[in-house]
Amino acid sequence: MIMGSQKPIDEIWGMVKDFNKVLVFGCNTCVAICHAGGEKEAETIASLIRMRARQEGNNMVVNHMGVIRHCEPEYFEPVMEDVKKYDLILSTACGVGVNFLSDRTGTVPVYPGINTSFYGSVESSGFFKELCAGCGNCIVHLTGGLCPIARCAKTLMNGPCGGTNKGKCEVSNDIDCVWYLIVERMKMLGTLEKLSEIQPPRNWATSRDGGPRRISLEHLREFEDKEALKTRAAGGEK
Amino acid sequence: MKSGSNLEKVIASGNPAVTAELGPPMSADGHEVVKKAQLLKGFCDAANITDCQTAVVRISSIAAAAIAFQNGLEPVMQMTCRDRNRIAIQADLLGAAALGLKNCLCLAGDHQKFSAAGRLKGHPGAKNVYDVDTCQLVGILRKMRDEGKQEGGDPLEVSPRFFIGASWTPMGDPIDFRPVNLMKKVNAGSDFIQTQGIYDMDLFKSQMEKACNLGLHERTAVLAGIIVPKSAMMLKYMDSSVAGVSVPRSLIDRMNKAKEAAGDDKKKAREFQEQEGIRIAVELIQQALEIPGIKGVHIQAIEWESAIEGIVKAAGLYPRPTFPES
Repeated sequence: MIMGSQKPIDEIWGMVKDFNKVLVFGCNTCVAICHAGGEKEAETIASLIRMRARQEGNNMVVNHMGVIRHCEPEYFEPVMEDVKKYDLILSTACGVGVNFLSDRTGTVPVYPGINTSFYGSVESSGFFKELCAGCGNCIVHLTGGLCPIARCAKTLMNGPCGGTNKGKCEVSNDIDCVWYLIVERMKMLGTLEKLSEIQPPRNWATSRDGGPRRISLEHLREFEDKEALKTRAAGGEK
Repeated sequence: MKSGSNLEKVIASGNPAVTAELGPPMSADGHEVVKKAQLLKGFCDAANITDCQTAVVRISSIAAAAIAFQNGLEPVMQMTCRDRNRIAIQADLLGAAALGLKNCLCLAGDHQKFSAAGRLKGHPGAKNVYDVDTCQLVGILRKMRDEGKQEGGDPLEVSPRFFIGASWTPMGDPIDFRPVNLMKKVNAGSDFIQTQGIYDMDLFKSQMEKACNLGLHERTAVLAGIIVPKSAMMLKYMDSSVAGVSVPRSLIDRMNKAKEAAGDDKKKAREFQEQEGIRIAVELIQQALEIPGIKGVHIQAIEWESAIEGIVKAAGLYPRPTFPES
């Protein structure tokens, strides 16, 4: 899922201090699981802002609210009218949520209440780890199921660099060298010989280098269009 | 001849090749390159011009290589994957070839976080590129040279003709994969290989044996990396902290003894250690050249270019072979 981490309160205060009515708007899916931006965290951030405002002699109004997801309209449409009454929405959703709201809130600005960090796993309680880079062209069947794009600091495709030290990455002793893990895993799977093959330069157009990416499921869109027509024909929609 | 470089000629002649290293300065001082080039000229067949090693900003490898070349030292320009995408890489390769450069060593490049070390602030927050990796970069050079094509497939009316090199860390983790790593670089088109600095010759020998069993020694020229030790402290640091380098206790002891022999005299302690370091380097060179499949040595005297002359002479590798201009 998408992992996020909280921003320092000083940074948040810098963003919100000039507004009179602020909504801290939480998202109860991914970022709630990593304790960064669910409704509970939105509530905490709202009270931290209120405390700071009091200290600074600022009498702004700060409320909080949360919906299940910020990235699908059906979840926040019911509260949209309320949301638009504020001068500023501080969204504690991931960057997707912030963008999605910004496209829809007209003159009300939406600011990021957290940092969106990565696509990751819950390794253990309170510990999250990046495992996918969303590069748009998955090749982990060639690498024992472990991703060198997300997990190698150099996104190497053909094996470890010279910086692997005792199984750790040259960037830090507390980062596993994923190529070390890949080799060990493929040995275990009996597929190590696959690594002898040279992987050619990648087409990064499927990654962010091709501009904002979109997925369009034509069959689903056609189906939806047909259903809408049927509904209209049956007089279900004016 | 693939490139007609001096290094290629020496290797083709069957003589053990000697390469050295020249680190460009952290300023626009081209004279520093000239000075270093003069120290190395005549004592190696070609010198690597590092490409912002440890991610520290320096005169670019190509510019410094051109200066070295103009001053009579054959350069091995280095090209890391860290700082350029395939467009910039190929543009620089075309430019380098147009400037007359004939050797290119392909590297992944040290991570940018290394640039902030000691007193240096560096650029640890820089964005790295890694559009391609070393194997892929080697393949790009080979395709440009042998097929006359850019990576994307567009034709090159005049191809850059490089003698293509890659690095190899024979004793890095995971150690049993390292021969395969070498094989991939050779299959991609590496004409020569320079290894990470080697102190543990026994372990290196066993890795080379595996490389020879794969037939790689017949398809590429492996030059054993020798990093000239300067002090006991440096050896200990390399042993504990540098990836893929292990230093036998006996070498560290030798350096410690040299240091202790100077008593409290710090200047003497430095001199004694440097002398011992040069002796160790010479011994390592001689041992490396005995290993089956080794075609030469890559001697790195880091920020100590003046040491090369004495080392090459003491190792019996002077004078260097020369070839009539073709």
